[in-house]
Amino acid sequence: MTDTAAEAGETEAETGPVPGSVIETRGLTKRYRGGQLAVDGLDLAVPAGSVFGFLGPNGSGKTTTIRMLMGLIAPTSGTAHVLGCRMPAASRTVLPQVGALIEGPALYPFLTGRGNLVRFDSADPAADPRTRRARVENALDRVGLAAAAGKKARTYSLGMKQRLGLAAALLQPRGLLVLDEPTNGLDPQGMREIRSLVRDLAAEGTTVFLSSHLLDEIEQVCTHAAVMARGRLLVQGPVAELAAGARGRLAVTTPDPGDAARILAEHGATGLVTEGDRVSADAPPGGTEPADLNAALVRGGVRVRAFGIERASLEDAFVALTGEGFDVAG
Amino acid sequence: MSQAELTAVPAPRTAPRALWAFGILRSELATTLRRWRTLALLGVLAAVPVLIGIAVRIETGDGSRGGPDGGGGPAFLSQVTNNGLFLVFAALSATLPVFLPMAVGVVAGDSVAGEASGGTLRYLLVAPAGRTRLLLVKYASVLVFCLVATLVVAASALAAGALLFPVGEVTTISGTRIGFGEGLLRAGLIAVAVAVSLTGFAALGLFISTLTDSGVAAMAATVGVLITAQILDTMPQLEGIHPYLFPHYWMSFTDLLRDPVHWDELTRNLGLQALYAAVFGSAAWARFTTKDVSV
Repeated sequence: MTDTAAEAGETEAETGPVPGSVIETRGLTKRYRGGQLAVDGLDLAVPAGSVFGFLGPNGSGKTTTIRMLMGLIAPTSGTAHVLGCRMPAASRTVLPQVGALIEGPALYPFLTGRGNLVRFDSADPAADPRTRRARVENALDRVGLAAAAGKKARTYSLGMKQRLGLAAALLQPRGLLVLDEPTNGLDPQGMREIRSLVRDLAAEGTTVFLSSHLLDEIEQVCTHAAVMARGRLLVQGPVAELAAGARGRLAVTTPDPGDAARILAEHGATGLVTEGDRVSADAPPGGTEPADLNAALVRGGVRVRAFGIERASLEDAFVALTGEGFDVAG
Repeated sequence: MSQAELTAVPAPRTAPRALWAFGILRSELATTLRRWRTLALLGVLAAVPVLIGIAVRIETGDGSRGGPDGGGGPAFLSQVTNNGLFLVFAALSATLPVFLPMAVGVVAGDSVAGEASGGTLRYLLVAPAGRTRLLLVKYASVLVFCLVATLVVAASALAAGALLFPVGEVTTISGTRIGFGEGLLRAGLIAVAVAVSLTGFAALGLFISTLTDSGVAAMAATVGVLITAQILDTMPQLEGIHPYLFPHYWMSFTDLLRDPVHWDELTRNLGLQALYAAVFGSAAWARFTTKDVSV
């Protein structure tokens, strides 16, 4: 198994990654010793300059994928390229350009916030010790921790730890930022700050790879997204396309739901659902003018309180893809 | 690399890497030695010679000398009343079997597993510290701790001995007398010999530390191996394996108090420790460089 994987890897290295992709995996697979298949034949392509949302329920293989990309665990088979270099072989040249927050922050509780950053910075071969102080203070400033930098990390709240973890990822100017559930444990204000930070970084040209199980978070900041479930990649592409893939819903609020449903059905509406005084249906295909439907309803004596097309959210796209809710994979 | 080149400060090409290697070692040493836990261990080690000194002082306080063959306990104890310098030898004899290696076991056992259980290991690796380098730095800092711990015992014993007892010429085991200066030199050599005695065990602890993601489990297992080896070393039925047990030649440091020095067992000890360091260092490397870091 490992032999064939290594051979496949060598031929892969010769062909090299597709240009323009900051992360590229082919057939990336991880089977844990217990036999459990955590990641199954993943073909992921993260375009340079994108804010890439990596979406999936807890236990769907997101973190295992990230660990393979960072060279922390070895794939069972398949290859991963990060910034154009094969991982984990090129860890030493690639990782200094990558900032990462993996499965939450991990700190030395007996060191101060500043001490933690100095420690992580001194582990980086690309970090010049002469400019260490300045880098650390910059990173603390950037995440709003400058005031608490002298406190021991054991006194930090979860949100402060999260910020310190982010600061460690921001010690250097990075080509790629891998953020695994970066808003975990943050209050709404903190979440907004992180989102704006991610947008700033993206504007500076850093590719951001953001994993989350929060759909609206992905929808708010990401340009591209991939959806994983049970170790497999379901779909990937620009967020707008993914959401467009799931059609919106036509929604009518009326005291006469029965008549409304009948008339909509006569006009070819599909997927009719009636709940109380609300009737909804799949959005009409492109050729149909929604206003004509409204006119038809009124002509048929239906008293319309509200009429409109509800835009498809990424959540609709997700449900359409998986046909299931957002539950922990078993 | 490009980061280093971007910073305007002109420097020799090799400077950043050398500085970095020093930086991570310094960071590791500072992190290890400034921990409250490490300081507590060193504090206990420093207290042992003081307690021995006070006990001997109280025991002989009425003026009656403990006699040349007086009583059991650690070696050299009977000479302490005549010469405070002997408290250094007595304290090292007392702490080498248990206290010193236990402290080393805690630090070595926790070195990798502690980082793993705290989750900081993954951040050091993506920094990227590099697995081989990180392991070397860890071993180097454990070795420094071996030396520091031994020197703390020796220094505390020297201070307590000088305060509580007269100091002066030293009578060697061979019966000859050497000056106090030479005695001090021998004491320093003995401290180094004791620290070197711990290097094999330190490598063993480092290896155990790479096997688990629980710092406590690694510390307990390391200390457990120490106790097992000590017990096996006392069983006459197992004489055949004794020369291969890492604590077997530990007390050879007393040969440095002979005149002339007997190097036989000292060199055998050195070879055994080097063997342990090589075997378990390689095992730790093989394990750590291929390990899935999934915590």
